[in-house]
Order: sequence, then C-alpha cells, then structure tokens
Amino acid sequence: MKYKVNEKGYYGDFGGAYIPEMLYPNVEELRQNYLKIIADPDFQKEFHQLLKDYVGRPSPLYLAKRYSERYGANIFLKREDLNHTGAHKINNTIGQILLAEKLGKKRIIAETGAGQHGVATATVCALRNLECVIYMGEVDIERQAPNVARMKMLGAKVVPASSGSKTLKDATNEAMRDWINNPVDTHYIIGSVVGPHPYPDMVAIFQSIISEETKKQLLEQTGSDQPDYVLACVGGGSNAMGMFYHFMDDENVKLIAVEAAGKGVSSGFSAATTYLGKEGVLHGSRSILMQTPDGQVVEPHSVSAGLDYPGIGPQHAHLFKTGRGKYVSITDEESLEAGLLCTKLEGIIPAIESAHALAYLEKMEFKGGENVVICLSGRGDKDLDTYIKYFNL
Amino acid sequence: MNRIKQLFETKKNILSIYYTAGYPNLGDTIQIAEALEKSGADMLEIGFPYSDPVADGPVIQASSKQSLDQGMTLKLLFEQLKDLRKNVTIPVLLMGYVNPVLQFGVENFCKACAEVDVDGCIVPDLPMVEYEEFYKGCFEEHNLSNVFLITPQTADERIQKIDGLTNGFIYLLSSSATTGKNLEVGNTTETYFSRIKNMNLKNPTMIGFGISDKQTFDKACAYANGAIIGTAFVKAIADGNLEESVSNFMKKFK
Repeated sequence: MKYKVNEKGYYGDFGGAYIPEMLYPNVEELRQNYLKIIADPDFQKEFHQLLKDYVGRPSPLYLAKRYSERYGANIFLKREDLNHTGAHKINNTIGQILLAEKLGKKRIIAETGAGQHGVATATVCALRNLECVIYMGEVDIERQAPNVARMKMLGAKVVPASSGSKTLKDATNEAMRDWINNPVDTHYIIGSVVGPHPYPDMVAIFQSIISEETKKQLLEQTGSDQPDYVLACVGGGSNAMGMFYHFMDDENVKLIAVEAAGKGVSSGFSAATTYLGKEGVLHGSRSILMQTPDGQVVEPHSVSAGLDYPGIGPQHAHLFKTGRGKYVSITDEESLEAGLLCTKLEGIIPAIESAHALAYLEKMEFKGGENVVICLSGRGDKDLDTYIKYFNL
Repeated sequence: MNRIKQLFETKKNILSIYYTAGYPNLGDTIQIAEALEKSGADMLEIGFPYSDPVADGPVIQASSKQSLDQGMTLKLLFEQLKDLRKNVTIPVLLMGYVNPVLQFGVENFCKACAEVDVDGCIVPDLPMVEYEEFYKGCFEEHNLSNVFLITPQTADERIQKIDGLTNGFIYLLSSSATTGKNLEVGNTTETYFSRIKNMNLKNPTMIGFGISDKQTFDKACAYANGAIIGTAFVKAIADGNLEESVSNFMKKFK
C-alpha cells in the first residue's frame, strides 16, 4: 500500500487539496463520503452490473500474435477500446454518476479535451436522466466536431471555454468556476486522476477495474498474475493508473508510463510533463507540471488531444519520484506510425493516445518470452482525420 | 504596529480596493496605489497575476492575462514595489495564487514582502492545513497577516478555526461565486451576514465579491467593518487617463 494515498490526501510529496474556500464544502463532502459510498454493497452491485451489462466488461485481454512475433515477447493488449463509448473513460463516469446520485446531486458538470470524457459523461447522464453541462476548449470544439455532436445528441449542453489556450486546461478551469458558482446541487465529474483530493484516489479506484481484470485474465492465460511489464499512456493519467493500480505493490512488475513528446521534448511543442515539468500546484493538487520559472502554467502540445495536458496526477508524480514507475515519451510521428502498425498487424485502429504506449515497444529490448501488457485505452475512430491527413490515406 | 490592525482600530466602513499589478500597463502598479490613497482608499490589495485563476471571473482573468503577456512576474513586482512606501501609507496586501509563491520560494516571498513593507497576503488556494504547518511561522516572522476567505457554506466550526489562525481580517464572500458577480442582499445573504456578525469573531471582517457602487458598499458596511471592490475597479481603469479614472471611480463612494 506504500503508493496509495495517505489519510491527509497525499502520495509522498504530492496531492492535497489546494482549492479556494468556495470549493471546500463540495470537496469536503466528497472526501467524507466517497470511501463509504464506494464500499457499500448496493453501490458495488449496481456499479458492477452496469460495467457488465452496459459497458460490456470484462474487456478482453488479447494476446496479440503478430505483435508478439515482431518483438519476441508475449504482447497482451487490454482492450479498453471495446468499451461502450470507445475508451476507458466510461469506467469512471459510471462510478461517479452513481456516487453523485447517492450524494443527492441533480446536475453534472465535466471538462473534456478530446471529447471522450465528455461523451462518457453525457452518456451516463442520459442513462440516469441528470442535467449535464460539458466544458470544452474552443480549439478542441473545432478539432473534435464528431464528439461535440455526440454530446449534444446525448442531451448535454456543451459550453466553449474561451479563456487561456482554449484547450483542456482551460476547460478544467471553467468547470471549476461553474462548481464554485453552483455549490449545492452540482457534482463535478473530473475525468482523470487529477484535481484536489479525493479525486485522484476516487478516479483511480473506479479505473482500477482494468488491472483487477488483467490480473485474473493473466493468471488464466499464462499461469501467473504477474507480467514482466505493464505499459500505458499518460496525459493526466487515468488509464495508466487503472492499469498500474493492482500491480503497484508487485515490485517485480515494471511499470512504464508513456507521455506525449509532441514534436520532441526540446521543441517547445511537447506535453512530456515529467521531463519538462517541475513540482507545483495545478487544478487543486501538488504534482509535477510544465511551468515558467515564475510559476505560470505552460501550454502543452500533443497530436493527441487526450494527452495535451501540462500536468500529471499526483500519484503518477509519486511513482515517478520514487522510481517505481519509468516515465518515457513518444513523439507525434512515432505515435502515428505505431497506430498504423497496430492497424496493419492486428486489425485494430487505436486512439492516438493509446498508440503512444504501443510506440514504446519499438524502443524496448526483450530477452524473449517476457509477458507484456499494454493498455489499449481507446479506439481510433475519433482520430481518423488525423491519421488520414498524416498518411495521405 | 501592523498597519492593518491600526486601520481597523481607528476606522469604520473601510473601503479596500483590489487591482491587478502590471495592468493596464506593466509600469502602472505604483501609480495606481498612489492615486488610490490620494482619492481616499483605506486599504489596497495588489493582485499578482496567475495563468489559471480559477476563483476569478472574466474581468480579473483578462487583466491577469494582459499583465502576464506584458511581462509581469513576482520578481518584477517586488522590484516595482521598492518605491511603494515613498508615498503610500495605507495597508497593502498582495493577493494571488499559491503556485507562483511556491516557485518564488515561501521564505523568499515572505522576506520580499517584508522588504517592500507589505502588510499581508491573500492566497485563496492555499489550504488552511498547509498554511498552519508550513507557512504560518514564516509569515509571522515577517509580520505578515494572512487573510482567509469564508463563504455562506463555511461551517461555524471552520470559521472559528480561521479566526484563530489569522490576525488581519476575515474576507467574507457575499456568495459562493467567482469574482465579478453582483451582490444581491436577499434573505439568505442577510441571515449569513448576521450569523457571522453574531459570532463575535476576534478578527474584523470585510465583505468582498459583488461590491460595485455606493449602494452595495453601504449595504456591506451594515454587516462588516468594510468592503472590498475588485472587478468594478479593474473595469474602470481599463482605458483613459489613469489618474482621472481612479479619482472618478473613488468619487462614487464619497
């Protein structure tokens, strides 16, 4: 348990709840109740029922044969792309909407970058008949039109964030402002393992279903629930945290988190937070973030909207600082090439986010026969335009 | 004696003005302070800008962005403030978010505040527990008051704790809102203001958020030791002659 949150809301030096007083009652209400609600047998029953019947879990752990031949190791893909709405995001929104209901909330707000979390939130709001407002950067609204249409069709109101860089970071600011202005009836569904405590822990718990299933599936398929490597991409880090969660205390399992290098870590157009960032506070928690020497947040860049975030969750910062996790980065080009390779070898078009994790396989060296699990966090339908443009398809 | 303490002991209906450092022009910081004192402000809150000000509405966000784009940093602000006490005698607080303070270094920040003779700070996203454990000693060593915010949703027990932890004043938010919303004193706000008044806190209180004119200022003064104006002032100095804009704005409160 040494990598889990302590009773003060910290992971080593990181975490906490750096929030203005206006958010305190909301966050405190969550903090006091989230573990109790999640542990309740009725909650667990409903959560798992929905994951099974509505999301389509368990998601397969697929031994990718052609990948395995190419790399000389057993490459397993955890198929989060097969979930309803096309990514791991729905695991968290199902959990949080049930929790919001238990807290008596009537209105749901969320931020979204690529639109995957927005769609996953709008979906569960439709399912449970709750009012839904999604904040999305103006720039992202333009580059993710199909997801905007999906959210609207699902009944959500999509509000453009027009401050700052007009992307995910600013959508998060706007959602926080909405919560400040609506302190009683509203629940904020944060989409990643970021934000003030208890969000990073709560989201990690809901996403931990990924590694919980993986362990069982590995045991069935390989006779051991301990792989040699576990890989996942990291923006804020929710699919990676879900993928790492039940392996963190197995110190012989190597955890590899793949950040977006964008056009290269030294290009000025990058989202490689652990490489470029310093310790600081963003969106309510102490973590590692990209910033100027004066402490102003720097705009990140990645071809993948889901990794285009200047920070990482506090638990990731802790895994990085303690050396428990290895944090690496992959460029825009490398990720797109890996996306195409996955399509050709395995017949799976991955989200560009997930393609970052796949791309790192090219840089690893295997003795032969190692078991490697990669979280294929989402499908690439939303990224077709980017693939088409890059490869002139 | 701390200027803040002295002010509250000698004056009622205190008018405190917030403005963003380095706005509208990078070099305006001191000129605005001097103009405000000259036209009757009792206390100043100088905002050091941050790229992601979640507690602020569009007006203060925009002024922060403009200031940062023009090159404002904490380091530059402290250089500008070296001239603060040439002509400014009223209490001055610095207000901003915690990340720039962390990068500047807490110890360095407190020292720099003391050197330019600033009286206190307001850091809305610095949690009480962190302040108590890591900041309080340093703040007190440099004779800086740290001001906390409370909202209608803040529980009595927490207000008592804040009252025990601070030694300047308590910043009463008229409602749970980002800056720049209008003050509507309805029954619930009145109940809240009265509740706070009846708690007999050791610290004086100032009402902020939503004060924009004489009428809302007077209303606030009925329940607290004074009020803070931010957004309305920042809007008023956006363009035109600075001295004139400041003096015209302040005339409304005479």
